[in-house]
Amino acid sequence: MKIGVLAIQGDFAEHIVLLRRLEVETCEVRLPDQLDGLNGLIIPGGESTTIGKLAVDFALLEPLRQFGKTHAIWGTCAGAIFLSKDASRNQPLLGLMDITVARNAFGRQVASFEADLEIAALQQDGSSPAPYHAIFIRAPIIEAVHGTAEVLSALPDGRIVAARQGHLLATSFHPELTDDDRFHRYFLSLSK
Amino acid sequence: MEQQTGTFTVKKGLAQMLKGGVIMDVVTPEHAKIAEDAGACAVMALERVPADIRAQGGVARMSDPDLIRKIMDSVSIPVMAKCRIGHFVEAQILESLGVDYIDESEVLTPADEEHHILKHNFKVPFVCGCRNLGEALRRVGEGAAMIRTKGEAGTGDVVEAVRHARTVMGEIRRLTTMADEELMRYAKEIGAPYELVKETKELGRMPVVNFAAGGVATPADAALMMQLGVDGVFVGSGIFKSGDPARRAAAIVKAVTHYNDPAILAEVSMNLGEPMVGRNISQMPESEKIAGRGW
Repeated sequence: MKIGVLAIQGDFAEHIVLLRRLEVETCEVRLPDQLDGLNGLIIPGGESTTIGKLAVDFALLEPLRQFGKTHAIWGTCAGAIFLSKDASRNQPLLGLMDITVARNAFGRQVASFEADLEIAALQQDGSSPAPYHAIFIRAPIIEAVHGTAEVLSALPDGRIVAARQGHLLATSFHPELTDDDRFHRYFLSLSK
Repeated sequence: MEQQTGTFTVKKGLAQMLKGGVIMDVVTPEHAKIAEDAGACAVMALERVPADIRAQGGVARMSDPDLIRKIMDSVSIPVMAKCRIGHFVEAQILESLGVDYIDESEVLTPADEEHHILKHNFKVPFVCGCRNLGEALRRVGEGAAMIRTKGEAGTGDVVEAVRHARTVMGEIRRLTTMADEELMRYAKEIGAPYELVKETKELGRMPVVNFAAGGVATPADAALMMQLGVDGVFVGSGIFKSGDPARRAAAIVKAVTHYNDPAILAEVSMNLGEPMVGRNISQMPESEKIAGRGW
């Protein structure tokens, strides 16, 4: 099992630390040929406009779209925006997931927050049923899921913060900023 | 379920999202748009870039809140703004505007020559400058959630940025080889909080994100700082004091992503037009240097 982490910009190093702790082989991906031989890819948090622009400049959009047709991809925050079909704004997107997202949906940085979430999907693999402590940084929300995309978690007010569509996964929050590796293990289960 | 805002985790977290990116000084909404389109991960909103502050002299203060707000309205990426060292009321004003990060900056004229702002008192995160590990950890002790090496702003001469990054990285490398019983004496020697010295040793890196600043003017300068081990780069005067800001900005962004790939660095360095003129620091009188501001 080898999982790549898109290393254009953002907190890719934090994902790599968690993957290594789970004894998963991992590498940074900056150019298309670095996707070869990977079982899955994580698109980290960062600025979605920066990641999108550089993905265009270095001809990564099409290779990433092809990769996502047959392989697992997980986007956290900016990564979730990049995976979506619609970000309510004109910027480069992979358009792989049938989700509509709204950027900076909670406001500016002073509104960034931590909260506990109920995530039933994490409990099915036998892991502990404890709440998942999630960190939201200038976070997007998933306004709607369409087609075969399904909601994995929502805030008490109903706003969607995690979604899955087959082997594709999107979270508004940042499991890589915590010591809780349940979400990474869940993603590995999709990457087989 | 309760939501907690303004925690150190979310303050530090935004800086983690900026890693591998370029933060650009902008003085108008138009500049901010150019920076965003070039791939900047954030912008620093201010009235004058450091090169102009140097040239014009006088007291340099927080920028007009109206300008900062206009810049905030013009882009979707995070917007930072500067307050004077120790000027906690300028910081309160910036926080009320909703800026995403405050730079308590030596580029402005200090308001307090003994004390920095107690940054734990704010919900908005702060970035502060440093020349060495002791200065960095004092700022983190006061609540800074991000650090940048100071360099010498507004010169276009990277030599001080290199000196400060090498100093910090070298001190961290030495710290990681120290015995635990040596840490208290080392903390005393560099004037840093013991707990943060211990944490730095355990992590083998600065406990918060560390960018380079002050003198970066070319893609090669930016990649040099990245190879020296910083997490990202601030570019102040280097972009909008150059001949073709949009092109240079995009090239520096690419250079930070591909900092270890000399073929790409060569490619992005071609035909960028005139760099900022720059000032050679070795010929600059001590009284004109600003990196010494901060205590």
